[in-house]
Amino acid sequence: MTELQDYRSRLGDAASKRFETFSYLPQMTGEEIRRQVQYIVDAGWNPAVEHCEPENAMKHYWYMWKLPMFGEGDVDQILAECEACHEANPRHLVKLIGYDNDRQTQGTAMLIYRPSA
Amino acid sequence: MAGKKYEAGVREYREAYWEPSYTPKDSDVLAVFKIVPQPGVPREEAAAAVAAESSTATWTTVWTDLLTDLHYYKGRAYAIEDVPGDDESFYAFIAYPMGLFEEGSVVNMFTSLVGNVFGFKAVRSLRLEDVRMPLWFVATNPGPPHGIYVERDKLNKYGRPLLGCTIKPKLGLSAKNYGRAVYECLRGGLDFTKDDENVNSQPFMRWRDRFLFCQEAIDKAEEETGEYKGHYLNVTAPTMEDVYERAEFAKEIGSKIIMSDFLTIGWAGHTSLSKWCRKNGLLLHVHRAMHGVIDRNPKHGINFRVLTKILRLMGGDHLHSGTVVGKLEGDREATIGWIGMMRDRYTKEDRSKGIFFDQDWGQMPGLFPVASGGIHVWHMPALVSIFGDDAVLQFGGGTLGHPWGNAAGACANRVALEACVQARNEGRDLEREGKEILTKAAQSSPELKIAMETWKEIKFEFETVDKLDVSHK
Repeated sequence: MTELQDYRSRLGDAASKRFETFSYLPQMTGEEIRRQVQYIVDAGWNPAVEHCEPENAMKHYWYMWKLPMFGEGDVDQILAECEACHEANPRHLVKLIGYDNDRQTQGTAMLIYRPSA
Repeated sequence: MAGKKYEAGVREYREAYWEPSYTPKDSDVLAVFKIVPQPGVPREEAAAAVAAESSTATWTTVWTDLLTDLHYYKGRAYAIEDVPGDDESFYAFIAYPMGLFEEGSVVNMFTSLVGNVFGFKAVRSLRLEDVRMPLWFVATNPGPPHGIYVERDKLNKYGRPLLGCTIKPKLGLSAKNYGRAVYECLRGGLDFTKDDENVNSQPFMRWRDRFLFCQEAIDKAEEETGEYKGHYLNVTAPTMEDVYERAEFAKEIGSKIIMSDFLTIGWAGHTSLSKWCRKNGLLLHVHRAMHGVIDRNPKHGINFRVLTKILRLMGGDHLHSGTVVGKLEGDREATIGWIGMMRDRYTKEDRSKGIFFDQDWGQMPGLFPVASGGIHVWHMPALVSIFGDDAVLQFGGGTLGHPWGNAAGACANRVALEACVQARNEGRDLEREGKEILTKAAQSSPELKIAMETWKEIKFEFETVDKLDVSHK
């Protein structure tokens, strides 16, 4: 039996904030992110980039980065848009969504750029 | 042309109710029963008797039969099949005309289909295995108050199953201590916590106190983590006046979701609550206490796939489905069959999953199956593989039993879940590589590492009692 541990999570502590899917895992490597983007492409979903100030992350509507990339199947192109969004908004969270128009929902959504430490 | 003459007396059922040449209409309600007849009763006679007794007939001819068109209103047994691996039973397929049933009333339909006929002497036992609901009937029922995708949008959760936990001990906690357990689970990374089914409003914890403390727990956990969370406040109560009072209060304090037990609360009561939920914007979690009484005996009762269809029609946003891998009964293929009936727009006949009919759900939304009961982190790879994203996975003991407490237990489950989703998206085989996937994730999560050590040896390997008939051979 190991020693008891406290669970570190505090109100007002930016490090305690989570951002839904994959936010309980360590930051993915570039290669790992590519595989998740490939998953969106293989599912036939439409990629879309959104960004937001960290303090407003709980609002449903973030800023759209241009329009969803309808029919885009090139992983490099999708990652390039995420990066362009990040460069234009360095303080913002950047999220990649896969819109599933058959089911009229987001098939998935994941944070690509987390809050800067 | 002269009408029929009235002849008093008792006739054999098969003269009027066995019609092997009948082609079912799209508007018919179709049912398949598994019948064990009394010794000496031929199959056709038993099937016809079930058709008759679940529709128009009484035991004798009456003169008022001739005042209507019984030929239209009668149920017809139109096919008989062997049950694989079972010589004493057979399947009887029965078609009922649409005019027999009140639109939008599951209560009315099942008062016929599983009414007096289940106590009928000519059959030794009887089980309703599946029902095909025609589209006109589907469309006249309310259906899920919101459905899977509206719930995802409201809660902002995409691309993964949702995570929950039933608060334990089931009974005896004070409201404030109970709210503490809720808060710890939610801040650790769960999406939902849940009242147990028999938590209503007992002397140790009255409902209003529980609702208020739980809501404070939710509000703080949301502010702390930045994620949307909920607690299924159980509004199941002795009268509908009490049910509505509790539901209204849940809405007033900002709860996102309430809960009902659809069998013990009664179908009319449940359907009213479901309509209230759509009108008031609260999600509805549905528990299924008493289902084992009805669906577990393989030769008598109602198969859970029929109860699933009934619930989808009456409405619910979540329904317990069984886990396949945990402590509660559930054949794997049969469970996958009724999970499809909860979620899909169209379910196809598939005998390997115990599905006897194609079922068109029209535009009715689907609901989340809930896997709950005796599951822990080691089950996560199999659960994600079996259920996919559109499910709620609920770990009760598997969260609260963590050696460091609920928050650590919740965090362990969330890390395990996300690691499995990541691996699945990369094309890895979760059921074969589950151990490696969890072991790697545990390297950066001490909470998961300890959870894996704690529950390593727990297994629930008993034979399923209600197996699919195809597997009896």
